[in-house]
Amino acid sequence: MNELTQGLLDAWRLIFTFDADLMEIVGLSLKVTLTAVAISSLIGLPLGAWLVVNRFRMRRVTIAVLNSLMGLPPVVVGLIVYLLLSRSGPFGVFGLLFTPTAMVIAQVIIITPMIASISHQVIRDLWADYHDLLISLNASRWQRIKALLWDGRRALLTAMLAGFGRGIGEVGAIMIVGGNIDHHTRVLTTAISLETGKGNFAFAIGLGLILIALAISVNLVTHWISKTERASTW
Amino acid sequence: MSTATTLPIQLKGATVQRKGKVIVGPIDLSVEGRGITMVIGPNGAGKTSILRMLHGLDALSEGSLHWQGGAKRVRKKQGYVFQTPVLLRRNVLENLVYPLKLRGMARVKATKHAMDALAHVGLNTFAQHAARTLSGGERQKLALARALIMEPELLLLDEPCASLDGNATKAIEAILISARKTGTRILMTTHDMGQARRLADDVLFIVKGKIHEAGTAETFFAAPETPEARAFLNGDILP
Repeated sequence: MNELTQGLLDAWRLIFTFDADLMEIVGLSLKVTLTAVAISSLIGLPLGAWLVVNRFRMRRVTIAVLNSLMGLPPVVVGLIVYLLLSRSGPFGVFGLLFTPTAMVIAQVIIITPMIASISHQVIRDLWADYHDLLISLNASRWQRIKALLWDGRRALLTAMLAGFGRGIGEVGAIMIVGGNIDHHTRVLTTAISLETGKGNFAFAIGLGLILIALAISVNLVTHWISKTERASTW
Repeated sequence: MSTATTLPIQLKGATVQRKGKVIVGPIDLSVEGRGITMVIGPNGAGKTSILRMLHGLDALSEGSLHWQGGAKRVRKKQGYVFQTPVLLRRNVLENLVYPLKLRGMARVKATKHAMDALAHVGLNTFAQHAARTLSGGERQKLALARALIMEPELLLLDEPCASLDGNATKAIEAILISARKTGTRILMTTHDMGQARRLADDVLFIVKGKIHEAGTAETFFAAPETPEARAFLNGDILP
């Protein structure tokens, strides 16, 4: 209990003194995860919609695989990305290992199936409403996908926020491919892991509370910007 | 927009089956000319399926559908209003702008065109309202306006006045009469025999997926030929 109280005090002190190290860690955490969510959304949202409007052999299997990939173990993803980016790996020439870019790559692999799978479920319900209408209006496949993504955008935000939640709290993969290097690849989760390892529990809890506050803040800001739960055009 | 006609549309021995059960057919039908054809018959007779076949929404299990051109070209010349209006999750104006933009019309022109269409159906004051906030009658008017904005040669309406009150029905009928005057060919299903008498130039009477009578409304209502039609018009429940 003492550690929890001390953690709260530490968190309070770190935030209100604008601790330079903390700001750097928070900034990098946000930068890596938001970049990963943006890239994953660009891939996952159209993929989810595409799977809804297209009928092809192995479609059900593809969807089942996609759903299964939501549970992809981050440590395994980290290991695979590590092997691919390491000096002896096929992409070693790019020198990306232990950089924020490697962390983004790992997060994209982890987040994309989640965003695609949730968006598939959201859009499937909308497609049930729109199917006959969009065919009747002669919308091409791409136009159908665009209409579904646009009209389902508020619900799709949930998919993106779920991806953000998974990314910002992820530690296994980015620890492996980022290396938790001070002032270079250290983010909130890897910092918490490090402080816990050092037995510095109060500080670790302080960072944890900041991480939770950060996740909640991003959700609130996103809902506020998108006017979810307020008067909308639908 | 191409001015070449897509009529007549002909069904020959057309049959639609679902899970091995014949929903409608085999039927022979040619849609051409002008005016309003009422498709009437008891529930489950296959009225909606005929409209969906003509619009290419239901694939034929047997028989053939002869269109004057490919499905896309023909659908461009058709408007379809569903029994339960399907509205896009956008505002009222955007529901009309969208189909115009699909056809490549610039936004400014499409918006002006859509505002004119909304004024025509009396919904211009709702332009910026969310479509979901409209009443049942207003929703159906919006769906009708969306179909008419494409200036269809053939308008297919699936019970557009089902569950609407008298005033809303009257407003919809006025729009349909106006469309008929401009030369739009209309095929619509209805359960309302009063409406059928008011609007129909021709009648298709369907029972158990087959056309039992086809002819002018005057003849059908004055002297129905088949016992089923007589029973239906008397308000009897058909087996």
